[in-house]
Amino acid sequence: MTDNVDRSKRRLLIAATTTAGGVAAAGAGAPFVLSLMPSERAKAAGAPIKVDVSAIEPGMMMGVEWQGKPVWIVRRTKEMLDLLAKHDDELVDPDSTVEQQPPYCNNPYRSIKPDYFVVLGVCTHLGCSPTYRPEVAPADLGDKWPGGWFCPCHGSRFDLAARVYKGVPAPSNMIVPPHKYLSDGRLLIGDDSKEAV
Amino acid sequence: MKLLHKLLGWIDARFPLTSTWKAHASEYYAPKNFNFWYFFGSLALLVLVIQFVSGIFLTMNYKPDALFAFASVEYIMRDVQWGWLLRYIHSTGASMFFVVVYLHMFRSLMYGSYRKPRELLWMIGMIIYLTLMAEAFMGYLLPWGQMSFWGAQVIVNLFSSVPYIGHDLAILIRGDFVVSDTTLNRFFALHVAAIPLILVLIVVAHLVALHEVGSNNPDGIEIKKHKDANGHPLDGIPFHPYYTVKDGVGAVGFLIIFCAILFFAPDMGGYFLEYNNFVPANPMKTPEHIAPVWYFTPYYAILRAVPPMFGSQFPGVVAMGVGTVIFFFLPWLDRGKVKSIRYRGTVYKVFLALFVVSFLGLGWLGTLPATPAYTVISRILAVVYFAFFLLMPWYTRIDKTKHEPDRVTSK
Repeated sequence: MTDNVDRSKRRLLIAATTTAGGVAAAGAGAPFVLSLMPSERAKAAGAPIKVDVSAIEPGMMMGVEWQGKPVWIVRRTKEMLDLLAKHDDELVDPDSTVEQQPPYCNNPYRSIKPDYFVVLGVCTHLGCSPTYRPEVAPADLGDKWPGGWFCPCHGSRFDLAARVYKGVPAPSNMIVPPHKYLSDGRLLIGDDSKEAV
Repeated sequence: MKLLHKLLGWIDARFPLTSTWKAHASEYYAPKNFNFWYFFGSLALLVLVIQFVSGIFLTMNYKPDALFAFASVEYIMRDVQWGWLLRYIHSTGASMFFVVVYLHMFRSLMYGSYRKPRELLWMIGMIIYLTLMAEAFMGYLLPWGQMSFWGAQVIVNLFSSVPYIGHDLAILIRGDFVVSDTTLNRFFALHVAAIPLILVLIVVAHLVALHEVGSNNPDGIEIKKHKDANGHPLDGIPFHPYYTVKDGVGAVGFLIIFCAILFFAPDMGGYFLEYNNFVPANPMKTPEHIAPVWYFTPYYAILRAVPPMFGSQFPGVVAMGVGTVIFFFLPWLDRGKVKSIRYRGTVYKVFLALFVVSFLGLGWLGTLPATPAYTVISRILAVVYFAFFLLMPWYTRIDKTKHEPDRVTSK
C-alpha cells in the first residue's frame, strides 16, 4: 500500500471532528447535569422566616425550621453566660476566628444580644443534629461539662456558644445564620440586610 | 428430536448459541480441585437474581416521594398480599449479597486469585464491589426512615468535606441544600434503573474476563501448563455438568440459610434492618445513636478513627476511601513467589489473620457509639488494616514459601 493518503489533512480532519464532537457532547450533556442542581422551588424554600422569641423561658431552647434545617434559639441565663469564658483553653477556636458567624456575632457570646443565641443546629462534622444538654456536669458527659450540645453521631461536643471542643471529630464551631431583630421579641432568620422586613 | 436438531442448526447459522454454550459451560475447563470457597461466585450471581426479582415487584407498590415513601413501605408490609415476604427477601438479600461478596473476596486473598494473569479480573470484581456499595447505600434511603435519612445525610456530607468543590458537590448529589424529596427521587432512579444496569454489564465483563484467563484454584497454580492431546487442561473438568451440579448443591445450602433468616430473623437483631428505621424520617431530630448497616461499618470505623486535621474532616474521608480502593493495588503489592496460602509461609498467614481480625473488629466497633476507649481500639485496628496492604511488598518477599506442586492436589 503506497499512500495517496494526505496524512496531515486526515489528522486535521480527525482533530476537527473530535473537537466539534466533544463540544457538542459537552453541550448536550450540560442540561442533564444542570437538572441535578437545586430546582427553582428548592431555592425558593430558602426564604427567611420570622420567629417570635419573647416566650422563651431563660435556659430554654426553641427549634425552628429554616431551609429544611433546624435553627435553634436559646435564651441563656446569667450563669450560663458566666461559664462561657471559663474553658477557652479547651476549645478549638474560642475567639471565633473562622468565619462561621456573621461579623455582628463575632463576639464572646457569638450573638447580637448576649442572652439570645441563634445557631444552625447542624454539626460541622457530618451534618447530624446535636442534642441540647444545658445541665452542668451530668453523669454521662463528665463533671467538667458546663452545658452545651453533644452530637450523638460521632461524639462531638460544643459549649453554649456552639464553639467546638478540642479532640472531637467536628473541625469548627457551629454556624450562626444571618439574622436580625425586627423588634425586641421578633427575629428574622435568613436575612440580615437593612431592607429586610 | 430431528426437528429440534434442525431448529438448533437454523439458530446457530444466525446466532452463536451452541458455540457460546460450549465456550462458557460445557467446554469451559475449570480446575478439578475447587473446594468450599468456590461456591461464592455463583452464589453472588444467585443473590443478584433474587434482588432483581424482589426489587422489581417492590417497585410496583413503592412510592418515591418523601410524603408517601414511608407509608408505602408499611403498606407493602401490611396490606399488599405477600408484600412482607417481598420486602424481607430484598432486605435479607442485600445483607447476604455482602456476606457472599466478602467471602468471595476473602477466597481471592487466600489463594492469590488476584495475581497475574488475573489482575483485570480482580479489578473488575472490585468495581462490582464499589458499585454494589453505591446500590446498597441508595436503596437504604428509600424507606425514608430515620436511619435512611441520617445515614444519607452523613454520607453525602462526606463529599462536602472535599476541599474547594465539596460544598457544591454535596448540593449536586442531593439536588437540594438538605437531603429532601429531590434526593429521594433521584436515588430511586439510580437504585432501580441506572446502577442495576451497570451492575449487569460489569458482572458480564467479570465472567468474560474469568473465562478468558481461566479460574484459579486452591493450589494457586496454572492448570493450562499441562494439556492433553485435545488441548484441554489435564487437571480441568468441564464447568457443565460438573460445577453446575456442585454449585447447585451450594445454592440449596445457601437458600436454607437465607430462608432461615428470612422467616425467623429478618431484622437480624437490628443488624440487617435497624430499629430506628421503623421511625419516619425527621430532619429536625437525629436519633440518639446512628450507625450504618453492618456491611459499611468497617469503613465507618476507619472514618471515625481519624481525627480532624487542619480544621477539616477530609483526612478521615480520604482514609475511608483509600481503605476501599487499596484493594485494587493488591496484584502489584503482593511480591510472593507462590499464590496460594497452602504454600505461603507463616508471615503471610499471620498478616492475613491480623487483617481478618482488624476487618471484623472495625466492623463491630463501627456499630457502637464512639467512646474514647473504642476510638483508641479503632485506631489500632485501622493501622493493622492498612499495614496488611502497605507492608505487603515487604513481608511477601521475605516470607519462607513452600514448593508449589506441578499438578493440582486433592484432599
